[in-house]
Amino acid sequence: MVFKNVREWLEAPAASVAERGGRLNVLRGAVARVTTPLLPDDYLHLANPLWSARELRGRVVEVRKETADSATLVIKPGWGFDFKYQPGQYIGIGILVEGRWHWRSYSLTCPPNWSEPGHGGKRVISIAVKAMPEGFLSSHLVNGVKPGAVIRLQAPQGRFVMSFPPPDKVLFLTAGSGITPVMAMLRGMDRRERVTDVVHLHSARTAEDVMFGNELRALHDRHPSFSTHLHLTGENGKFKLTDLDERFPDWRDRETWACGPAAMLDEIEKHWREAGLSDKLHVERFEAERSAIGEGGTVTFAKSDRSVEVDGATSLLEAGESAGVQMPFGCRMGICQTCVLTLSSGHARDLRNGDEKREGDKVQTCISAAAGDCTLEI
Amino acid sequence: MAITDIKAFAHLTEADIEMLGQELDAIRRSVELSRGERDAKYIRRTIAAQRGLEVAGRAILFGSRNRWAWLTGTALLSVAKIVENMELGHNISHGQWDWMNDPEIHSTNWEWDQTGPSSQWRRAHNYSHHTYTNVLGKDEDLGFGILRMTRDEPWRRVHLVQPVANLILAATFEWGIALHDWDAEKELSGHPKKWNSEPNKEFARKAARQVAKDFVFYPALTGPAWKSTLKANATANLARNLWAYAVIFCGHFPDGAEKFTVEQLDGETSGEWYLRQMLGSANFKAGPAMAFMSGNLCYQIEHHLFPDLPSNRYAEVAVKVRELCDKYDLPYTTGSLGKQYLLAFRTIHKLALPDKFLKRTADDAPETSSERKFAGITLPSLPTAAQMQETWHDTHIIPVDPATGQRYGLRSAMQEARVVLKAKAKHEKEVLREARRALKEKARQEKQMLREAGVALQERARHEQETLRHKPFWAKATRRFG
Repeated sequence: MVFKNVREWLEAPAASVAERGGRLNVLRGAVARVTTPLLPDDYLHLANPLWSARELRGRVVEVRKETADSATLVIKPGWGFDFKYQPGQYIGIGILVEGRWHWRSYSLTCPPNWSEPGHGGKRVISIAVKAMPEGFLSSHLVNGVKPGAVIRLQAPQGRFVMSFPPPDKVLFLTAGSGITPVMAMLRGMDRRERVTDVVHLHSARTAEDVMFGNELRALHDRHPSFSTHLHLTGENGKFKLTDLDERFPDWRDRETWACGPAAMLDEIEKHWREAGLSDKLHVERFEAERSAIGEGGTVTFAKSDRSVEVDGATSLLEAGESAGVQMPFGCRMGICQTCVLTLSSGHARDLRNGDEKREGDKVQTCISAAAGDCTLEI
Repeated sequence: MAITDIKAFAHLTEADIEMLGQELDAIRRSVELSRGERDAKYIRRTIAAQRGLEVAGRAILFGSRNRWAWLTGTALLSVAKIVENMELGHNISHGQWDWMNDPEIHSTNWEWDQTGPSSQWRRAHNYSHHTYTNVLGKDEDLGFGILRMTRDEPWRRVHLVQPVANLILAATFEWGIALHDWDAEKELSGHPKKWNSEPNKEFARKAARQVAKDFVFYPALTGPAWKSTLKANATANLARNLWAYAVIFCGHFPDGAEKFTVEQLDGETSGEWYLRQMLGSANFKAGPAMAFMSGNLCYQIEHHLFPDLPSNRYAEVAVKVRELCDKYDLPYTTGSLGKQYLLAFRTIHKLALPDKFLKRTADDAPETSSERKFAGITLPSLPTAAQMQETWHDTHIIPVDPATGQRYGLRSAMQEARVVLKAKAKHEKEVLREARRALKEKARQEKQMLREAGVALQERARHEQETLRHKPFWAKATRRFG
């Protein structure tokens, strides 16, 4: 009992540093006693950024062009990364550009526990990024990131997954970069040699825009039960769901995963609902489309379980107070940082200069307003 | 009475103050837009250097029984602690590096190497002090509740020990800050009665850790050198305390750093807020090394205008702020570190005395003045208060020298007031001396007259006696019986 208390006491300062218990944590805790208020981590990551246990880190080991405007990033995660995620999940990554960290989520394109011979047999992960014309970070990831860059990682998450063993009959509906999470599922099935009856319909503007084209073909050659159908929207316009009956007469029997632009997913959801098949459909919406940037919107206070409708001129602090949430506040003019909260989804705008804040950013609620629907962690 | 009307005091119109505010906003925006890799590198390198200094200092102290090792280790540790408190803890907690989006270098979770918890300090300092800078009764940093730093505060007998209290505060500055913030925290949370309330627990935890680290764990770790390590750690803490104290006092208490009353807060515009920060703070001159060691708080004016802009940019901001001060004819209080401290030191000792020993009032004292300083005196090149009311506020026209284009503002007013007030004092003294001389003269004359009257009376009495003595006997008898 006494020993347990001593151990707890020793471990306490490191409890938030590393989730894994054990002797190392006791040691970290003991060291933290003399390095207070710093933690061993503050010194360790100066020596090697990947040794940080406070948060996940990774190093980019390869940037591989997929198409003219997309690339695969192969990342070697640092200490503490759990490789046992599920194909289809996404990962949060933080990239340093001009002194500023930018956070985005990207679907993992690799199966769990993946190692490529090119990287010394070590386990790595990969994401695929398509440069968006207005997407400052995606362009940077495709054209600016050099191997060796250290990035921050957030553990894989998301419910757009395929369980194992896979269903007997599968339909994938993808468009553009919506193919990335599906790629992880396909590679996972391929690695486990369990490619069931899988049909894939992918929409792209031109043939050159198709990511992973060669790999899909090779996959089909190895597993005839898998086939990809390409729909070029540049020539044929948008794929019409009413054509499904003709293209895949058995689509109703198939477990379906769909990923692509919001408008396409809305249509698909409607179509499946009308067919009474909603429980056979899995949909993934990309973050950028999850909320529109606008003026005002519904602000949700996650922990207090309240929400309020506001215009684009009302500060988030006032919004919270009007909804009866105990908001932290100080100067109410943007200088004291007392009111800072984390934006867990959506966008906000700094009323002083119009700067945009997005999911994961910390915002000063007294001088920020909702830019579209958003959620605060309080 | 401290400043209640900043417009009148600054000799600026409402429109001028708004313009000034906009120009300051533009400075802020230009720094915000140009923040980038260079600044991020600066803070990361500072952090790495500070960690390096601390590790080196602690390591050398293992051999602290050797005199030179002790000196080197103590010096390194002192510098490490100073850099940690000033450039890292203070500035990061202000949110100066929040723009980097780096969760490890962020105001919400940076913990500093001082007795008090960062969170309590942040609320007392970032909020109370920076919002209500130098406002009597609102800014608790004014004298830290111990010292009387303005004659607006009534004198109490306890202020007699101010010179000693000042020394104690300087030597134990981190504890002064910690207790001060703890108090503020308790007040904010409505004075919870329980001994194990959240503010109390937070405070006890942090203080215990800090004390244990420097005075138990590290000395114990160095084994036989524990005694000298203990001394070294205490010395480093003391050095840091004295330095932090000096920097803070030079930034807020030299002459020219004005105080304000709560009336000024009433409906204060953002331009007036800026002006209050400008007039309420003071800089001291420093080269790059001293600026770094002070956490760039030698640029206290710039820091108070833009508390959340990166500290490494204050030097360039200072150039622009000075230009604005020239343009609007506002004072920019600065001087050498020694001079600024001596001014603060003088105030501390002067205000230890009861008011009857002080010559000036709170309106025109060197450590605080108010708009009433200008009342009742006519400044040669400045319009009177009545004229200001009539013309300035209606037309929004500030008097400008037609020859040079220079505005007349507070700085000119201060200079002229100094001369005028001096002349006025001299004149009053002269008048007083004259009156005294006249009184003396009158008294002398009266004395003379009195003396003469006395002599005359004596003379008369003598004369009467004389005549009496020479009268014939019968005359005398007649008088007796007649």
